[in-house]
Amino acid sequence: MEDAVRSGKPVLLQGNEAMVEGALAAGCRFFAGYPITPATEISEAMSVKLPAVGGTFIQMEDEIASLGAVIGASLAGAKAMTATSGPGFSLMQENIGFACVAEVPCVIVNVMRGGPSTGLPTRPSQGDVMQARWGTHGEHPVIVLSVSTTWECFDVTVKAFNLSEKYRTPVIILSDEVVAHTREKVQLPHPQEIEVIDRIKPNMPPEWYIPYEDNARGVPPMGVFGDGYRYHVTGLIHDVRGFPTERPDEIQAFLNRLHRKIYQNYFDIVFIEEEFTEDAELLVISYGSVARSAKRAVREARKRGVKAGMVKLITLWPFPRQFLEPYLRKVRAVLVPEMNFGQVAREVKRINQGMTRVEKLNRIDGQLITPSEILTRLLKM
Amino acid sequence: MAELTKLIHKYLRHDKKFPHVWCPGCGNGIILGSLIRAIDKTGFEKDDIVLISGIGCSSRLPVYVDFNTLHTTHGRALTFATGVKLANPRLQVIVVMGDGDAMAIGGNHFIHAARRNLNITAIIVNNNIYGMTGGQFSPTTPYGARSTTSPFGHIEHPFAISELAVTAGASFVARGTVYHTHLLDQLIEKAIYKRGFAVVEVISNCHTQYGRKNKKGGPVEMLKWMKKSAVRVERAKEMSAEEMEGKFTIGVLVDRELPIFTKEYEKIRQEAKKEYGILG
Repeated sequence: MEDAVRSGKPVLLQGNEAMVEGALAAGCRFFAGYPITPATEISEAMSVKLPAVGGTFIQMEDEIASLGAVIGASLAGAKAMTATSGPGFSLMQENIGFACVAEVPCVIVNVMRGGPSTGLPTRPSQGDVMQARWGTHGEHPVIVLSVSTTWECFDVTVKAFNLSEKYRTPVIILSDEVVAHTREKVQLPHPQEIEVIDRIKPNMPPEWYIPYEDNARGVPPMGVFGDGYRYHVTGLIHDVRGFPTERPDEIQAFLNRLHRKIYQNYFDIVFIEEEFTEDAELLVISYGSVARSAKRAVREARKRGVKAGMVKLITLWPFPRQFLEPYLRKVRAVLVPEMNFGQVAREVKRINQGMTRVEKLNRIDGQLITPSEILTRLLKM
Repeated sequence: MAELTKLIHKYLRHDKKFPHVWCPGCGNGIILGSLIRAIDKTGFEKDDIVLISGIGCSSRLPVYVDFNTLHTTHGRALTFATGVKLANPRLQVIVVMGDGDAMAIGGNHFIHAARRNLNITAIIVNNNIYGMTGGQFSPTTPYGARSTTSPFGHIEHPFAISELAVTAGASFVARGTVYHTHLLDQLIEKAIYKRGFAVVEVISNCHTQYGRKNKKGGPVEMLKWMKKSAVRVERAKEMSAEEMEGKFTIGVLVDRELPIFTKEYEKIRQEAKKEYGILG
């Protein structure tokens, strides 16, 4: 059977399916998951495609186990991913913390559905933005990307793997029910046109290898189990050799490096997309499926003579502060439409510091915010 | 003795900051010794061994030895082990857990790992108590026993770890004690050699927590209790139920050939490659 997706012709794909294609293109060879709506199609497609490329798909007993297996596989050298939705994402928090502290690359997809608790399994939401940032105990930086189109489901998944490998950190992709289940025409690039980044492995003699030693990048080379670089991996705060420590100077140095490796590479990690921003007086800041409605609304507003523009956030965390601040300084007002009570709006207000007026537009009823709702608000602003 | 010390030193991590975290007289040191002797006998290279643990006293074991070592989250060691083994089946994966780690918070992972039957060795150190947190009852604390969270006597009934492993579908199940060290060496060695999910339950002593609260004495008295209560599986067959009262069996409980996950999965790969040839 010919694989239509890689034939070079345009194909009709669901967001979830496009993520699988992106993951495979990025070199993902291990997937562990647990069935959950609306993310299940990712597991199903992986169970077909991974074994065909010599990879491994496994359905675990829950989401905690899924992420555990993903981390184990990554330590043994495979690029690995899991996908879930709200309830499963809550269960994954402890192992997300582990992957951050032990610096294990992996990709975690959260196809957001209505919450809290079992919530609204088949309805979209953007309620997990703050959970993705602060869901674990303790403090660590995290990279969170969002997707709004089928193409981005492919492209951002490749980016997620690249960032994860480059910075030895879990990368979370926030999708939502609308993006996951919308079918769109996409033309996927030839595998050779895709930039794929692999983790840097140690090349010194094993006895010289210090697994968590700081360097200019803040990202130590990563030994893989079985490669001869035997070292200790732990969720305890550890010294440069990976051994548990309680020495204040070592604790501080470790946690500082963990933060530094993300924040000093801010401009490599933060992606946004702009439209009509040069002369915008009103700015819409949005992400995920709502960004699709925002785009339409901004174009309609322009037709009616309103100088509206939009910024679509692809990277949600670290928050794109440096990119947004110049706009906050010059626009008359900002509108943040989102399917929650205002999680990103709160962040925009935090960085705004009184420079402009920030308005919210929220739906928490399991329905997508429509272009006309955003347009109506823009015309009133 | 000198030979033994040399062997231990061959596998210890000398750049690790000793002393270890265990109490004097703890069974964990004996288990670590057994594990080292068993691994040495199997002849695996240090690079081929991945030693994985959860959280607890016994789960601190990997940090002291010079293998690929992974100290995971509480109860989840077997899930990490599953990923390691699937990503690189050539690695010899050994998991060390305590009774609280493997049976309470990790109980679900344990039965599913047994059912899935990957080629993994699981060593469960059973000292009937949560030692590291200060002596709370665990899923293997006997009925009536005292702990800091059952000050009036425990009203729950314990899990039989090995019997659970047999029922859940493990390929190999054995029980040993830290008193019968020679047997323990053999059991761990057999478990490592075994193709399939192999469980070794090790009855150990926590005199600091369990022993003290239940008037079982120090390490010597507790080891003597093991000597008295343990009956070889072969001998137990000839004993009546009354004779076995208050005793437990040691030795190999189950050793059977079952389909191994990684081998089964290889068939799936061949099938998928046939269907989606362009990907292969």
